[in-house]
Amino acid sequence: MKSKILSFLLSMGILTSKAQQTVQTSTTMADGMRSNGKIYVVVAVLLTILLGLIAYVIRIDKKVSRLEKDSKQE
Amino acid sequence: MRLAWWKISSILLLCYAVAGGMLLPVPALSQLGETIRNLYFHVCMWFAMMILFTISIIYSIKYLNKSDLRHDIKAKSYAAVGTYMGLLGYSTGAIWASFTWADPNNPAYASFGSIMREPKLIGAAMALLIYGAYFILRSSIKDMDQRARVSAVYNVFAYTMLFPSIWIIPRLLPSLHPGQEGNPALNFNDIDSRMRMVFYPAVLGWTLLGAWITTLKIRIELIQEKKILTNEK
Repeated sequence: MKSKILSFLLSMGILTSKAQQTVQTSTTMADGMRSNGKIYVVVAVLLTILLGLIAYVIRIDKKVSRLEKDSKQE
Repeated sequence: MRLAWWKISSILLLCYAVAGGMLLPVPALSQLGETIRNLYFHVCMWFAMMILFTISIIYSIKYLNKSDLRHDIKAKSYAAVGTYMGLLGYSTGAIWASFTWADPNNPAYASFGSIMREPKLIGAAMALLIYGAYFILRSSIKDMDQRARVSAVYNVFAYTMLFPSIWIIPRLLPSLHPGQEGNPALNFNDIDSRMRMVFYPAVLGWTLLGAWITTLKIRIELIQEKKILTNEK
């Protein structure tokens, strides 16, 4: 399963390079996106995912603490 | 339960790295554009990997000194999470490279061929494969003490192999990957000062998160192996 996910990620990177067909002449930065404020949407999504994952780690941490307590009492 | 100070600082630093990494100004470079922000994520994976591998070899040497199985468990867990970080660094690098290195005028497979000849990528793949062999070696030895001793020695070898494969060879050969002249992202002349404000906290945050996950792995394993460990002492 893990290897499937990994190979998917790698192949996704390779395939997406095909989609990039235009040659950029000048550096275009995402200024427009920032000026109308939509970049904050991306930040919100990223933070939600990050905090969700961290909440999961905290839950596991708590569970392990409880297991440690139980195994000490035995 | 109260979280330890370093776990809280890991959370805060990562939130800052994501928010600051997306919003704070970055230099406008041709080719890279906004993808320069990947520095806060892709490069941090490799930094975290190096730090976790360093902790791993310290525990391996400690095991060889004291023959305490707890040190073996710690060495294994740090190496495992370090390898995982390395795999994440490799796959994020593959995505990044396919947008910045691939020649849009060539078919994808032609660009892919030249990208895969990059000495940095080959070196990183070598380093990860050597650590992969560490886990295969571990799983192939049944006897616990023997496994711990042999794999501790192998871990010292694997760590020393990091130096030629990801530090020396890539600096000797021409490469598209930045950092041939020195230490990528650490050189004060080639990283913008605005980016350093986010980059160093991000490295610290990702490393602490890696260490946090590792301590969870270690604690679970210590509970599992409790019988063996208490009989030993």
